[in-house]
Amino acid sequence: MTVLELRGVSKVYGEGSAQVHALREVSLSVGEGQLVAVMGPSGSGKSTLLTIAGTLEEPTSGDVLIAGEPVSGMGRDDRARIRRRCLGYVFQDFNLLAGLTVAENVSLPLELDGMPARSAVQCGLRALDELGLRGRAGSFPDELSGGERQRVAIARAVVGDRRLLLADEPSGALDSANGEAVMRLIRAACRRGVAGVVVTHDAQLASWADRVVFLRDGRIVDQTVPASGPESLLTPNP
Amino acid sequence: MTIRHALLALLSEGPRYGLQLRQEFEARTGEVWPLNVGQVYTTLQRLERDGLVESDGGDDDGPQKGFKITDEGRAELAAWLRTPPDLSSPPRDELVIKVLVAVELPGVDVHEVVQTHRRYLVQLMQEWTRLKEYAADRDLGFGLAVDAELFRLDAVVRWLDAADGRIKRASLEDRDLPRAPLPKTPRKVVLRP
Repeated sequence: MTVLELRGVSKVYGEGSAQVHALREVSLSVGEGQLVAVMGPSGSGKSTLLTIAGTLEEPTSGDVLIAGEPVSGMGRDDRARIRRRCLGYVFQDFNLLAGLTVAENVSLPLELDGMPARSAVQCGLRALDELGLRGRAGSFPDELSGGERQRVAIARAVVGDRRLLLADEPSGALDSANGEAVMRLIRAACRRGVAGVVVTHDAQLASWADRVVFLRDGRIVDQTVPASGPESLLTPNP
Repeated sequence: MTIRHALLALLSEGPRYGLQLRQEFEARTGEVWPLNVGQVYTTLQRLERDGLVESDGGDDDGPQKGFKITDEGRAELAAWLRTPPDLSSPPRDELVIKVLVAVELPGVDVHEVVQTHRRYLVQLMQEWTRLKEYAADRDLGFGLAVDAELFRLDAVVRWLDAADGRIKRASLEDRDLPRAPLPKTPRKVVLRP
């Protein structure tokens, strides 16, 4: 089932001669359990695509559907509800709240959505368990390494019944071992049914995705076709 | 890696039969570099001729012939491990040549050419990453070999990204600048074979 669908989405900033076309007629659909990477240079529209997919911004034209529901018809409150309930974000700089413990950070989206604190914390601890972070539940973000902070951010992004994980250069601030650990976690979340979109300019990070789409000057210009299977690499050349 | 030194490395751990050497070589390199039996025996003969290994004296050249490393062999292996490979001259890179040609040819969209290669490389990287996802944790040698391949391909993609940007900037400058006569600069690119 399709979790995220963009249909002919365009975004224009500014007016008249100062107009900037950040996205032009972008169509993209991401199914349950699928991880899609959006690759492109700075200024190609990657981050705009992510904020529009995350309902934080509205497209100038075109439609965004989350779990089949068109976002454009929704009021502010409904959009906020979708964000709290269905979407998780992972940013390059983690964006954890410094004054809250790891467990509180992870359970916060559920509490904001009206879940009683005790159940929210239980859900949060389950998410931490799955990512091997249970032992860090009582720590504060500044007591963690960069890699651990990003893993907490991923736990927060997938806590509860989140369907869509949106990540903006999630391993950008990490070394390659921690970057790989982060991508393994995102893959694991997708195997449990979450749909994922990662925007990046980093080919190593993008190569974790099932499908890579290439963005250039606000347009999707190309995408990788699903691989024939990794076994082909191990066959000696004829 | 030379097969010669790979075999010395395996023999430095203890005596082996020829067939065993081939199987262990492939296992250690995660089967990324398959080896044929002929290569193993020819190399062993040369190593023996050079005094770097000794055979157990059997006349039979078959898979049951045993080999062990000599002191000279150990010294050769230690020296090889520490000798930097020659990376001083750029390799003749077919992809670089294609992009250089595409820039000069009228009627060719060089960005489209670059993107074709980028897509191919990222697809290859996806396949290697899939292998890594399932196997690298179980086998250190395999993980290292796959990482090397991913970093190599990544470097090529990064070069394509940089080339794409440089070509775009150059074409914008071309369009915006008044067409003053430019000093003639040598355009020949020398790529060593």
